Amino acid sequence: MELSNIEKLLERYFEATATVAEEEMLREYFTKEDVPLHLKEYTPMFQYFSIAREEKFTRQVPLKPRKKSYLKWISVAAVGILIFGIYFGRSYQEQREAEYAYQETKKALSLLATNLGKGTEKVAYLREFEETKQKIYNKN
Amino acid sequence: MQQTEFLNVVLPFKDKLYRLAKRLLVSTEEAEDATQEILMKLWSKNNMMEDYNNVEAYAMMMTKNFCLDRLKSKQAGNLKLVHSNYKDENVSLQNQVEVSDSLSWIERIMEDLPEQQKMVLQLRDVEQYEFEEIAELLGMSATAVRVALSRARKTVREKLVQKHNYGIK
Repeated sequence: MELSNIEKLLERYFEATATVAEEEMLREYFTKEDVPLHLKEYTPMFQYFSIAREEKFTRQVPLKPRKKSYLKWISVAAVGILIFGIYFGRSYQEQREAEYAYQETKKALSLLATNLGKGTEKVAYLREFEETKQKIYNKN
Repeated sequence: MQQTEFLNVVLPFKDKLYRLAKRLLVSTEEAEDATQEILMKLWSKNNMMEDYNNVEAYAMMMTKNFCLDRLKSKQAGNLKLVHSNYKDENVSLQNQVEVSDSLSWIERIMEDLPEQQKMVLQLRDVEQYEFEEIAELLGMSATAVRVALSRARKTVREKLVQKHNYGIK
């Protein structure tokens, strides 16, 4: 390629107005042809870019089969259910305990009530006794 | 999508992802880790992959974001210290010692560029993307891409000339 042409292209290259194809031409020129001395300083740049393009990603990426992700979600769901179960189970048990305690108290209170009833019955006899006693006193 | 099918989709651009990652993260190991991470992310989302009309652009964007996040994170502090392997195996293919030396200079010069210019230069001069594609990838206007590219190229040239003149760093 003509030298003047290359110089013009270079100028556009540094103003970033060259197209991809033109830049490719420059790259080719600087990697293959004999470059005149005053343009030599640009060669490493273009050579570097072409070499940098060659670099490859060589590591093998372990791609896990997709089923594993289901397993993960299932375990997450299981843990969630377990926590809910424990939480609600406990509150249910508490409720049952409270109910039981209530029933027991009720039973105890009713026992107390019946006993108290018996007591008052006995007191009724006492009153009878008192009345007859009064009658006897009054006669005297 | 099956594994082989996925690999066929990914194959044409996985090197590009790696090179972009390496440009940003510098260290080979870090770049390989990043690329692996991106590929695995793509794989885990591969049901959605048919919806993206341009998987490559999407993957490149993921790589860019991932690497920038990585650089921002605290671990990046060590990253710069650890790395010193500027030598590229491919460069040694070059039989001229002098040339290969200037090639590693360019790598070093590019390392000092701001991230945005680094990416623009990488995408344009190494991967030969169109301005519109770069603009979309980096979320910039096409004009801004041009300006950044021109600036980056001129900086590289300037520093290269400087180094040539002084002979040493």
